[in-house]
Amino acid sequence: MAENTLLEVRDLKVSYGGIQALKGISLTVGQGELVALIGSNGAGKTTTLKALSGLLHSTAGKLHYDGKSLHHMPAHQRVSAGLALVPEGRGIFARLSVAENLQMGAYTRNDSQVTEDIERMYALFPRLAERRAQLAGTLSGGEQQMVAMARALMSRPKLLMLDEPSMGLAPLMVAKIFETIRAVAAQGVSILLVEQNAKLALEAAQRGYVLEGGQITLEDSAANLLGSDAVRKAYLGA
Amino acid sequence: MIVDIFVQQIINGIVQGSVYALVALGYTMVYGILGLINFAHGEVVMVGAMVALTVLQALLAAAVAPLLAILLSLLAAMAVCMALGYGIERVAYRPLRNAPRLAPLITAIGVSIVLQNLAMMIWGREYHAFPLPLDNALHALGGAIITNVQIAIVLVAVAVMALLLLIVHRTRLGRAMRAVAENPAAAMLMGVDINRVISATFMLGSALAAVAGFMVSANYGIVHYYMGFMLGLKAFTAAVLGGIGNLRGAMLGGLLLGLIESLGAGYIGDLSGGFFGSNYQDVFAFMVLIAVLIFRPSGLLGERVAERA
Repeated sequence: MAENTLLEVRDLKVSYGGIQALKGISLTVGQGELVALIGSNGAGKTTTLKALSGLLHSTAGKLHYDGKSLHHMPAHQRVSAGLALVPEGRGIFARLSVAENLQMGAYTRNDSQVTEDIERMYALFPRLAERRAQLAGTLSGGEQQMVAMARALMSRPKLLMLDEPSMGLAPLMVAKIFETIRAVAAQGVSILLVEQNAKLALEAAQRGYVLEGGQITLEDSAANLLGSDAVRKAYLGA
Repeated sequence: MIVDIFVQQIINGIVQGSVYALVALGYTMVYGILGLINFAHGEVVMVGAMVALTVLQALLAAAVAPLLAILLSLLAAMAVCMALGYGIERVAYRPLRNAPRLAPLITAIGVSIVLQNLAMMIWGREYHAFPLPLDNALHALGGAIITNVQIAIVLVAVAVMALLLLIVHRTRLGRAMRAVAENPAAAMLMGVDINRVISATFMLGSALAAVAGFMVSANYGIVHYYMGFMLGLKAFTAAVLGGIGNLRGAMLGGLLLGLIESLGAGYIGDLSGGFFGSNYQDVFAFMVLIAVLIFRPSGLLGERVAERA
C-alpha cells in the first residue's frame, strides 16, 4: 500500500436504469502509484471511472481525492482539481484539429506554459506533430488514442484514469501506448488503469483490483495477481 | 432612370438575405449545440427592433448626434437581447435538457407567445415608424437602385458574420462551443462547464438577432410586435436550406432564400400571366422548405441526417 493516498473510494454504489452497477466497491490509489482495475465485460469498470470523473453520480459511498470529498463536485471542476479521464472509445473531438484537441485538454489552464506542453506532447507522440493541423476524426485508431492521452495529459493531472486504452488497437500501437503509460507514471502521475487485457495491465501496474459483478473480489500486488490461479484462469486464459 | 428589374431583385435579395443569414445563424448555433429548434428566436429579433426603436427615439429627442444615437440604440438592443436569450435558455430549455424532444419545442412556442404578448403590452398593437436620422440617399448600381441603408446592411452583416466565424474558430470559447456540440460528455471531461457554453451560445445568437432586428426596421422603416414571427420562420427555413447546425450553411441559406424570394416575387406575375402577384412572395420560402425537406433533408452544406437521441 502506498503511504500517501491520493484517491480513496469507500463502499461506492452506483445505480442507473434501475440496475445497481456498483454494489459498494472500495479502492485506493497512492501518490505516484499505477493501479490496474481488471475484470470482464459488464463488471462495472467503466462505471467506476465514470463515477470518479463525475459523469455518473454515486448513490452511496465516499469519494475522497487529495483530502477533499468529490461527492458534490461537478465533472468539469474535477478536472481543475487534477483528475483526468481518457474515456472508453477515446471521446476525441473528431471535427477539431489535433492541435485544437490538445488545446481543449488545457481548457482549465490559463498559465503561460500551455504552448510548451503542447510541444512536449508532440515530442512524446511525433506522429501527432505531423498531423497537428488535421481533423482528429481522420486519424487512425491508434493515433486517436494518442490524441486522447495527450489531451488528458494537457490538463496536468495528478490522477490519470484510462479506460481500455488498448481496445481495438494493433499490437504495435498497444506497445507504444503502454510505453507511454509507463513513462507518464515514471513522472510521478498516479494512474488508475482499466483494462480487459489483464496481463498487459498487471505487468505495468504495481497493484491491482479484480472487479466482478459490481464488486471487488480480489486485491493484491500486481505480481501476486499475475501469479494467482484465480486470475490466471479467469483473465489470462491459462 | 430606367430600373433594371433583374439587377434590382438581386440587390433586394442580397439585402434581405443578409438579414435572414444573421437570424438563421442564431437557429443553427443553438441547434448545433443542443439539437433544439429555438422557435422563440424570431421574437428575440422583434424585441431587438423594439428596444432599438425606444432607445433611438429617446436619444434623438435628447438631440444626441445621429450616428452616435444609432450606435447606442444598436448596442442597447444587443444587450437586452443577450439578456433575453440567456433568460430564455435558463427558464424554458435548461430544466428540460433531458426531457423528450417534444417538451422543449412546446416551451419554445410558449416563450414565443409570451414575448409577443409582452411586446404588445409594452409597445402596443400599432405599427411604429422607425426614425432614421440619416440621409437615406439612393445610388445607381448596374441599372438598379440601392439605398445607403441597404449598403450598410450588407456591410454590417458581412462584418458581423466574419466576427462570428472568428469567435467560433479562433477563440477558446469557440473551441469549447464546437467541442460541446460534438461531444458534451467529453467536453465536460476537459473541464468545460457546458451550461456556461450553452448560455454563451444563446447570447451570441441573440446579439446577432438584435443586429438583424435593427436592420429590418431601418430598411422598412416600420416595427410591429408581430414582425418576428414570419421573419423567424423564414430564417429557420434558411438554416434548414443551408444545413442546420452548420454556420456557413446558415449564411449561404440566408442569402439564397433572400434571392429566391426576391426573384420569385419579381417574376411570378410575368410567369403566371398575371394570375399571381408579388404578394405571393412568402410562398417561395416555404416551397423551398418543403423541397429541401423532401429532396435534401440535411441541407446544402449539412452532413448528418441522423436524429439525435
